[in-house]
Amino acid sequence: MTFDFWANIIEGQAELSLLIWACILMIVMYIARQPAHQVIILMARSIRNVLRLMARSVMLAEKQLRSRNREVLMAQGQEHAERFIEREFQRVETLVNRDLSGYPSLQRDLKEQITRIDEDYVQSSEVPPKPPEWLKAIASVADIPDNGSPVVAKILNDIHTTLKKALETDLQEYRRANRDRHSLLKKMMPYWRSLTNSLNSVERKITGLEQRSLIIDSQMQGYEDIRNKTDYAERMLSSSSLTQFFISGLALCLAIVGMYVNFQLVALPMEEMVGAASYLGSSSIRASDVSALFIISIEVILGLFLMESVGITQLFPVIHLLEDHKRRMIFWIMLSFLFIFAGIEASLAYMRDMLASDREALSQLLTGVEVAEPPLRWIPSLGQMIMGFILPFVLTFVAIPLESFIHSFRTVSGLFIVWLLHMLVVFIRFMANLFYGIGRILMSLYDLIIFIPLKIEAVFKKTQTEKTDKKENKISGVLTHQFEKGED
Amino acid sequence: MKKFAAKGIFSTLGFLLFTGLLTGLLAQSGCSKPREKKAVYVLVDTSGTYSKQFDKVQTVLRYLLGSLQPGESLALARIDSGSFNEKDIIARMTFDLRPSMANSQKRAFLESVEKFGKNIQSSQYTDITGGILQALEYLNETRATQKHILIFSDLKEEIKKGQVRNFPISFNGTHVVAVNVTKLGSDNVDPREYQKRLEDWRQRVEQGGGDWKMINDLNHLSNIIE
Repeated sequence: MTFDFWANIIEGQAELSLLIWACILMIVMYIARQPAHQVIILMARSIRNVLRLMARSVMLAEKQLRSRNREVLMAQGQEHAERFIEREFQRVETLVNRDLSGYPSLQRDLKEQITRIDEDYVQSSEVPPKPPEWLKAIASVADIPDNGSPVVAKILNDIHTTLKKALETDLQEYRRANRDRHSLLKKMMPYWRSLTNSLNSVERKITGLEQRSLIIDSQMQGYEDIRNKTDYAERMLSSSSLTQFFISGLALCLAIVGMYVNFQLVALPMEEMVGAASYLGSSSIRASDVSALFIISIEVILGLFLMESVGITQLFPVIHLLEDHKRRMIFWIMLSFLFIFAGIEASLAYMRDMLASDREALSQLLTGVEVAEPPLRWIPSLGQMIMGFILPFVLTFVAIPLESFIHSFRTVSGLFIVWLLHMLVVFIRFMANLFYGIGRILMSLYDLIIFIPLKIEAVFKKTQTEKTDKKENKISGVLTHQFEKGED
Repeated sequence: MKKFAAKGIFSTLGFLLFTGLLTGLLAQSGCSKPREKKAVYVLVDTSGTYSKQFDKVQTVLRYLLGSLQPGESLALARIDSGSFNEKDIIARMTFDLRPSMANSQKRAFLESVEKFGKNIQSSQYTDITGGILQALEYLNETRATQKHILIFSDLKEEIKKGQVRNFPISFNGTHVVAVNVTKLGSDNVDPREYQKRLEDWRQRVEQGGGDWKMINDLNHLSNIIE
C-alpha cells in the first residue's frame, strides 16, 4: 500500500486519483462525524477526569503532609518554647536563690539599722526644761512690798542674783543637751546611707527579676499561641525554622572545611602507618585516607556525645534521659578520649611536617638544587601541632549546628515536599486542561477537513428552514385573518 | 514515644547526611581516581657509541625517582653483550609502602646510579632483545598495572654470533619508550636506515601487543610515563 498505489487509481492521473481519495475520505468522515466527535470528546474528558482525580489525590496528600508539617512544627516549637521558659525559670530561680536568699539577713540588718536610727532619734528629741518649783515662792517673795526697806531690797537682789546663776546653769545644760542631740543626729547619717544602699540593691534585684518576668511573659504568650495552634505561631515557626536551616547549613559547611583541613593534616602521616599504596580491597579507596577519615569521624562522634552529656544538644534521648551522675561519667570519658585523640593528631601533624621536609629534601637532591633551610622552620611545625591539637575540640561544637540542621531539616524538607506536591497538582491540572483542549482542537480540525460537506449541509439546512418558515408564516397569516374575522 | 522515634529517625538521617558529606570529602581527596601501580624498567645501552649519553639517563632517572610513588617499582639495567642476564641489572627496587622508607630507598637507588655512571665499561655488543626479555620478566613479577620499558639506545642491535634473538616477543600491554635514540654515522649517509630501525622496533613491539613511543626531546619528561 504505497503512495503509488493510492495515486494510481486512475492510470497516469495521480492528482485526480488523490482528489478522488480525498473526496471519499471526506464523505466517510462526514458520515462518521457524530460518532467521531463523541469518541474524541469522550477520550479527552476521560483523560481530563483521570488527571483531575490524580490531582485531587495529590492535593489530599499535600493537605495531609501540610497538616503533618504543622503538627511537627508546632511540636518542635512547643518543645523549644518549653525549654526556653524552663531555662528562664531556672535563671529566675538562680536569681532568687542568689539574691533573695540573703533577704532574712538583709531584713535583720534593716531592722537593726531602723532600731538604731529610732533610738537615736528618740534620744535626739528635745525635752523642754521644767520650770523650777521654787519659782512660785520667789514670785510671792517678789510681790512683797519693800516699803523702802533696804533688807527687802537686799533679799530681792540676792534672789535676782541666784536666779541669774540658775538660768545660766540651765542654759549651759540646755546647750550641752542640744550638742548631744546634734552629735546623735550626725551619727545617724551612715545608717541612713547604709539603709539607702541596701534599699537600692533591693531595687536593682527586683528590677532584674521584673525584666526576666517580662521575657517570660512574652515567651508564655508565644507558648500559648503555639498551644492554640494559631496561624501566626505557624508562620513564625516556619520562618524561624528556615532561618535555622540556612544558618546551621552554613555553619556545617564551615565545619566541613575545618574537617578537610584536619583530614589534610592526618592523611599524609597515616600513609606512614598503613602504607601509601594500600587500598581497601579491590577498590581505589586508599587505606590511609579511610584511616584519617575514621579518626576525624571518631572525634566528631566523641564531640557529639560530649555535647549530649553536657545537655547542650539533645540528639540522643537515651543519653538525655540518663541520671546526672551517669551523664557526668560519660562527659569525663568523652573528654579523656578527646584529649587522647587530640594528642594523637598533634603528633601526626608533627610527623606530617617531618615527612614533608624529607620529601622536600629528596626532591632537592633529585633536582640537584641546594636550597638552604629557611629560618624559623619550627614555626609552621608548631603551628601544625597546635592546629592538630585544637581542631578535635573545635569539631566538638559541630554538634550544635548539626542538631539545628537536623531539626530544621525535618520541617524544611516537609515544606519542600509540600511545595513539590503543589507544583505537581498545578502540572496535573494543566495537563488535564491541555488534553481537554487538544480534544476540542481535534474536533475542530475534524470539521475543518470536512468543511465542504458541512458547508453544503449548512446551506441545505438554511434553505429548508427558510422554506418551513415561509410555510408557517403563510399558515399563521391565514389563521390570524380567520381569527380576526371571527372576532368582528 | 512517637516523638522520640521521629527524633531518632531524623538523627539517623542527619548522621547519614553527615557521613555522606565526609564521604564526599574522601572522594574529593583523590581516591576516586582509577587505582594505578607503575613499574618502570630502564635499559641503557653501554656500547661504545652510546656510553657517553649517560647524563641524559641520569636526568630521566632523577625524574622517575621523583614521580614514582611508594609501592611502585623501578629498575636500571645495561644492554650488554648478552643482556638476558641478572648481572646486567644495576639497581632494582620496589619502593616501600611507607613514604619515609621509600624516600630512603630512592636515595640509595640514586647513589647506585651515580656509582655506575662513574665506571661505565663499554660493551662490545648490543643485545637489546635480551634486555627487553629481562625487563618483561621483571615487570611481570611486579604485578604493576602500568608497565614501562625505557630504552636508551641507538636501537641498532649487535649480537654475538650464534645468539638467537629474531623471534616475536609478547609485550602484553607494556609501554615501550625509546628515549634519546641517537643517529649513527651510517644514518647520516642514508637516513632511511635510521627510520627503518625505528619502524622495525615499532612493528615488533606493536605486534607483540605492546605500545610504542619515541621521545627525543628530554624537555618534556612528563610524556615518558603518562
